[in-house]
Amino acid sequence: MASEKPHSINNPFERLRTSVASNYIFVLPALAMFLIFNIYPFYKVFQMSFIEWNGIDPHGGVFVGLRNFKEALFEDEIWWGSIKNAAYVTFLALTLQNFLALVLAWIVDRGVRGGQAYRSIYFLPPILSGVVVGLVWNWILRGDGGMLNNVLMSVGLEEWVRPWFADLRTALNSVAVVHMWKGFGWGFIILLAGFQGIPRELYEASRVDGAGEFRIFWTITVPLMIPVFALVSVLTILGTMQLYDIVVTTTRGGPGGHTEVPMFTIIRELTGNQRYGYASCLGVVFGFILVMVSVLQLQVAKRAKVD
Amino acid sequence: MKKLLNLVSILFLSIMAILPACKSSSQSKDDAIIIAHWMTDREKAFNELAEKYEQETGVKITFRLHAPSDAYAQFISIGAQTDGLPDIFGILGDTKSIASFINAGHVLNLDAALGSGPGSWKSTFYDEALKTNYFPPENEFNVPEGTYGIPIDVTTIPMIYNKKLFVKAGLDPKNPPATWNEFLDAGKKLRKVGVTGFVSGWAEQWLIYSLATNLAHNVMGAEKIMDTFRGKVPYTDADWVQVFSAFEDLYKAGFSDPGIVSLVNKYAEQSFASDRAGMTFNGSWAVNVYGEMNPELEYGVFRTPAISSAYPRTVWGAAGSVFNVNAKSVRKDKAVAFLKWLTATEQATFLLDKTKNLPAIKGLDDAGNPILKEFSFVMEDSIHPSRFTAAEEPRVVNVFGKGIQSIMIGEKTAEQVAKEIQAMKDKVSKS
Repeated sequence: MASEKPHSINNPFERLRTSVASNYIFVLPALAMFLIFNIYPFYKVFQMSFIEWNGIDPHGGVFVGLRNFKEALFEDEIWWGSIKNAAYVTFLALTLQNFLALVLAWIVDRGVRGGQAYRSIYFLPPILSGVVVGLVWNWILRGDGGMLNNVLMSVGLEEWVRPWFADLRTALNSVAVVHMWKGFGWGFIILLAGFQGIPRELYEASRVDGAGEFRIFWTITVPLMIPVFALVSVLTILGTMQLYDIVVTTTRGGPGGHTEVPMFTIIRELTGNQRYGYASCLGVVFGFILVMVSVLQLQVAKRAKVD
Repeated sequence: MKKLLNLVSILFLSIMAILPACKSSSQSKDDAIIIAHWMTDREKAFNELAEKYEQETGVKITFRLHAPSDAYAQFISIGAQTDGLPDIFGILGDTKSIASFINAGHVLNLDAALGSGPGSWKSTFYDEALKTNYFPPENEFNVPEGTYGIPIDVTTIPMIYNKKLFVKAGLDPKNPPATWNEFLDAGKKLRKVGVTGFVSGWAEQWLIYSLATNLAHNVMGAEKIMDTFRGKVPYTDADWVQVFSAFEDLYKAGFSDPGIVSLVNKYAEQSFASDRAGMTFNGSWAVNVYGEMNPELEYGVFRTPAISSAYPRTVWGAAGSVFNVNAKSVRKDKAVAFLKWLTATEQATFLLDKTKNLPAIKGLDDAGNPILKEFSFVMEDSIHPSRFTAAEEPRVVNVFGKGIQSIMIGEKTAEQVAKEIQAMKDKVSKS
C-alpha cells in the first residue's frame, strides 16, 4: 500500500482528478453553452443597438452612436403607444386575472369537492398554444358570424353586438380578456401550491384561539403568501408585457395600432422595416424596463414581508 | 495561474468544438440542390416534380418549406447574414429588399441564362412577370442592370364579386361596378338583402395598401405617386386626400364587414366563399382557395372601381412567386438548369393543374378554367411595387395602413390621416 501513494502523486491524470480544476471541467460544457447561447446574443443585441443595419448588408451596418436610443426614448410615439397598451393589459392581468386566480386557488385549497378536476381544468388554457387560443377566440368574438354576437342576438341584446376586435372601445379589452383567460391558470397553480405550503397547525391554533375565517386569512395566510404573491406578480408582468402570439392571431395590432404591443413593434422593425439596429435598441430598452419593474416589485414585496 | 490558463484553454476548445455545429446547414453537403420556399399549397406538387427531375437527370432536388411567410422571411434574412442561403430561394419584399440582397452579392444575374430573341428562355415568359425582378440601367437602388429572378406564376389582386348574390340584390352579374359610386351603390343593395356588401382581410395592411395604390394610380398616375415616394409631393396633396376619402365613403356607406380591419385574409376568404359577402378584394390564389372551400361558388372579377377619370383603372399584378439563384452557391449552374426545366411547358402545366395559380409562361392562360382567364385579363395595365421606380419607406407604409384602418372604424378623417402619413414621411426624410 505504501508504494501506491508516490505513484498516484506522479500520475498526471490522477493529479488532475484530485485538483480543483478537475471540478470545473464538468461544468465547462454547460458554461460554454451558456456563454454562446445567452451571454453572446445579449452582448450582440446590445452592440447592434448602436448601429443602423438592414440585416443583409455584408459590411454589417453603420455605427450611429446613441441615435437609436434617442429615437426610442424621445421620438417614437408608436413604440410608447405599444408600451402603454401592454401596460394596460398588464394592469388588468395583475388585478382581475390574479384576483380570480387567488379566489379559485383559495376555494380549491379549502377542500372543495372535485378539487383535483378543477386543477386540471384551470390549467388547460395555459398549456394551449397562444396561436390556437387566439384563433379560437377570433371565432368567438369576430364581428360577422361570431359566436358571442349570435348569442347576444338570440337573447335580444342586439345593441351589444359589435366586432369585438375591431371596435375602438373593445379591441384592447378583448385582447386582454383572451390573454387573461389563457394566463390565469399559471397564477392559480402557483398560488394553490403556496396555500398548500402553509402549515395546517397554524390554522388550527388560530381557530382554537377564536379567530374567524377572515382574521385567519388576513393575519396568517396573507403574510405567509407574500413571497408567492411577489412571484406571481413578477411572472404576470413579464408574461403580459411580452404578449405577442394572441395579438398576431386576433388583431395584428389593429385597428389603427390600438392593440399594438412592444414585441409586435420590435418584430415589425426587425423584419418588416429591416431596421436591425433600431429593433435591437428597442429590445434593450424594453429589457431594461422589465428588469426595473421586476426589481421594484420584488423590493416592495420584501418590505411588505419585513413589515 | 497555470490552472487558470488551463481552464481558459479548455473553455476555448469547448467553444471551438461547438461553433462548427452552429453554422447554417441551408446548403447540402451532398450534391442535392436545396430550394427554400414558403408555398404550403404547392409543397406536394413541388415534391412530385423534384422526384421526376431526379429520375430524368439523376440530380437530387430538395424542397424545404418554411411557413408562414413571416418565418420564411426571417429564415432567408438569417441565411443572408451567415452566407448560408440555399441554392434557390425567393425574396419576399419590395424592390428595396430585393436590391439589398442583390447588392450584398447573394443573387445571380440571370441575363445570360435567359438569353434574348425568339426561342430563348426569356421569350417563354410574360414580360410583366419577368419585370418583377428586373432592374433597369441606372436605377436608384444601384443594382447593375439585369433580371435576377425566375417567375413561377403570376398573381393579380382585383375585386371579386359573387354572381348569385348580385342577382339576389337586383344587380346585373354581367356588369360589375366600374366606378366607386357604382361600387358603393352595389354594396348598399347587397346589404339590403341581408348579406355583407364587402369583405377583405384588412388586418393585413398590405391588402389595404394594394387597393389604395390602385386608387392613387387612377387619380394621379404613376409618376406623381413616385414623386410622393421621392418626397417631392406631400401626402396632404388633394389627390391623395381624394384616395383616402374613398375609404371614408366606404366606411360611411356601412355595408362592409363590421370587423374588416381585424380580419386576416383567410377569414375574409371563408366569408366570401360561404356566400356571406357580395364583394371582396383578393388575389388570384383565391381560385384554388375558393375551389376547396366551396366548389359551387359562382364569382367574377373586375378592376378596381374608378374614383376619377384621369388615369386608367389598375390592379396589382406581378410574378406571384419568384425563385432566385444563390450567386455564392457552388451548384448555381445546376440550379439554373433545374429552373429551366421547372418552367418548361410540361411542368408549368402540371403546376397549373395542381395549384390553379396563373402561369408565368405564355400559352397556358385558361387551361380550361374560365375564371383564371378573367384573373389573367386584368394583368393588362397592372401595377406592382416591384416595378415601381421608387420605393416608399416601410415606416411610412405602416402609418399609411394604420391610417386607413382608422378611417374604416370612423376614428379619423381622410385629412387627418393624410397629415399623419406626411408627418411620418417628414420624420423619415430627416433621419
